[in-house]
Amino acid sequence: MALAVQGTDERVARVRLADRLVSRPELGSVLGALAVFVFFSVLTDQFLSPMGVANWLDDSSTLGIMAVAVALLMIGGEFDLSAGVMTASTALVTAILATQLGWNTWLALLVSLGFALGVGALNGWLVMRTGLPSFIVTLGTFLALQGLNLGITRLVTGTVQVSGMRDAAGYESAGYLFASTVDIGGTAFPISIVWWVLAAAVGSWVLMRTRFGNWIFAVGGAAPSARAVGVPVVRTKVFLFMTTAFAAWLVGSINILRFTTVQANQGIGLEFQFIIAAVIGGCLLTGGFGSAIGAAIGALIFGMARQGIVFAQWDSDWFQLFLGIMLLAAVLVNNAFRRRAERVRK
Amino acid sequence: MTALLETVEVGKSFGSVIALNGVSTVVNAGEVTCVLGDNGAGKSTLIKILAGAHQHDTGEFLIEGRPVRLSSPREALDRGIATVFQDLAVVPLMSVWRNFFLGSEPRRGWGPFSWLDGRTARATTKKALAEMGIDLRNVEQPVGTLSGGERQCVAIARAVHFGAKVLILDEPTAALGVKQAGVVLRYVAQARDRGLGVVLITHNPHHAYPVGDRFLLLKRGRSLGCFDKADISLEELTRQMAGGAELEALEHELRGVQQ
Ligand SMILES: Nc1ncnc2c1ncn2[C@@H]1O[C@H](COP(=O)(O)OP(=O)(O)OP(=O)(O)O)[C@@H](O)[C@H]1O
Ligand SMILES: [Mg+2]
Repeated sequence: MALAVQGTDERVARVRLADRLVSRPELGSVLGALAVFVFFSVLTDQFLSPMGVANWLDDSSTLGIMAVAVALLMIGGEFDLSAGVMTASTALVTAILATQLGWNTWLALLVSLGFALGVGALNGWLVMRTGLPSFIVTLGTFLALQGLNLGITRLVTGTVQVSGMRDAAGYESAGYLFASTVDIGGTAFPISIVWWVLAAAVGSWVLMRTRFGNWIFAVGGAAPSARAVGVPVVRTKVFLFMTTAFAAWLVGSINILRFTTVQANQGIGLEFQFIIAAVIGGCLLTGGFGSAIGAAIGALIFGMARQGIVFAQWDSDWFQLFLGIMLLAAVLVNNAFRRRAERVRK
Repeated sequence: MTALLETVEVGKSFGSVIALNGVSTVVNAGEVTCVLGDNGAGKSTLIKILAGAHQHDTGEFLIEGRPVRLSSPREALDRGIATVFQDLAVVPLMSVWRNFFLGSEPRRGWGPFSWLDGRTARATTKKALAEMGIDLRNVEQPVGTLSGGERQCVAIARAVHFGAKVLILDEPTAALGVKQAGVVLRYVAQARDRGLGVVLITHNPHHAYPVGDRFLLLKRGRSLGCFDKADISLEELTRQMAGGAELEALEHELRGVQQ
């Protein structure tokens, strides 16, 4: 190093393993993922078969895309309870425009993207403008969207679902981007896995290596302090809400192009799965700390456990038990960290 | 010469609380303006107006002769006004170097694809703190784990690094050891000699008097006057601050206790 300020400082004891463990937010999720992986690999034959791997990766992927965006938002100190329903809303907008109005799929996707970004911006603007907890504001958006999803779908189609995407113009080319599969060794892996990996990589890079990432940590950790040193707090948080909405649009598009049908009541309850995956990945509920990679791995644990339980032919009720235990363990570990790092000495 | 900063009868109220009322002062380039007063006198409120964190309700605030209304601390920073706030404005969970450069991050690369220049940031942070006599173990540790004085030094070093025209310090020596308080006062003098305007808030007249050129005395949100150094002695300053007679009475009382 050019700066010969000091070599090693005598006041720094060997960095203890325990200290290093708690300073990596995603480490808990990595250990959890390993444990779940080994457990089901030993327990069932299908889990490690190409078919099985594709299965649980697929299950993890769309959840993972959302978990990464939700993690960034949580590190920025906010929640978005409308994120789950948004995955259905965006799919519905695309499907209604393409099947009922006969629009080209690409154009429908574009409008639905605009819709998503608009709702995200509205969420952010309302939260920042009113100063109310995002929990309550987005609960409002959640209910409103849920009503809109059902109401408009019923109005337009007379049923509670929109189908027939396959016949829309541009379906093939759009499907290639969002819903195709990649053949590896005779097993079809859905392209959403690539999106998931991409989301984790981009999210992590932004968070750790860019100025905006610095701002995310700051607005979640201490918003007034961030403002005092010139961080645009409102812009940062609104952008995070829009990022979450964008992720919901991506997942909605993947779903509608893949299944070609969307139920109006889809997506409800998923918002908590996103938050749980982010927390398992090391995000603090109080904001200011967490990891994008961790959230992606949190989603992986979800997918592996959910499919592993199916392979093991257990009742799916056990999944809820497992989820509860994972969440409690993660919260306890995260809390231990916060006590260490947030210990503001007087 | 137009003053770098000038307030003319500025006032600020929070709802029904009048925190500041009709306060006038100037900050010249190459001079130190000290603001003194009791707790709750309105000192922090005044400098928050100068720093862009609050907007004044009445009166005028001029920067280099032009009336302004700063909408955010960002705007003040862009005009070269850097502030050490009383609450320090650090994010406890973030590392020392991330705090140091928060809001003014050095970057490499192009446009939206630019990234944080962590190496420069770490080295600069370490150097700036070492110059203050703070030899941090590790600039990666969260600011929340530093001692109170260390945290204060991080905030001061940051303001000194980014203050191009005006440096505002709200009770910078409150938690500092003798050595570091001395360093801060030397910084104030250095900044002054480099031609910066400095605003120094302190409760300690012995810190204020040696470096100050002008002394603004506040009491319950009002100004008791803005004195040039030639017009006021250290004794007078001390007397004014403590409420004069009250201090003498207290001194008497304390002597009585000792005997
Ligand atoms: N945001 C606010 N809302 C309401 N009242 C406020 C606010 N900020 C300051 N005040 C009030 O304004 C008055 C002046 O406060 P200020 O912080 O400027 O005092 P100070 O001189 O800096 O005191 P200290 O020496 O204790 O730092 C106080 O009575 C305080 O209660
Ligand atoms: Mg104060």
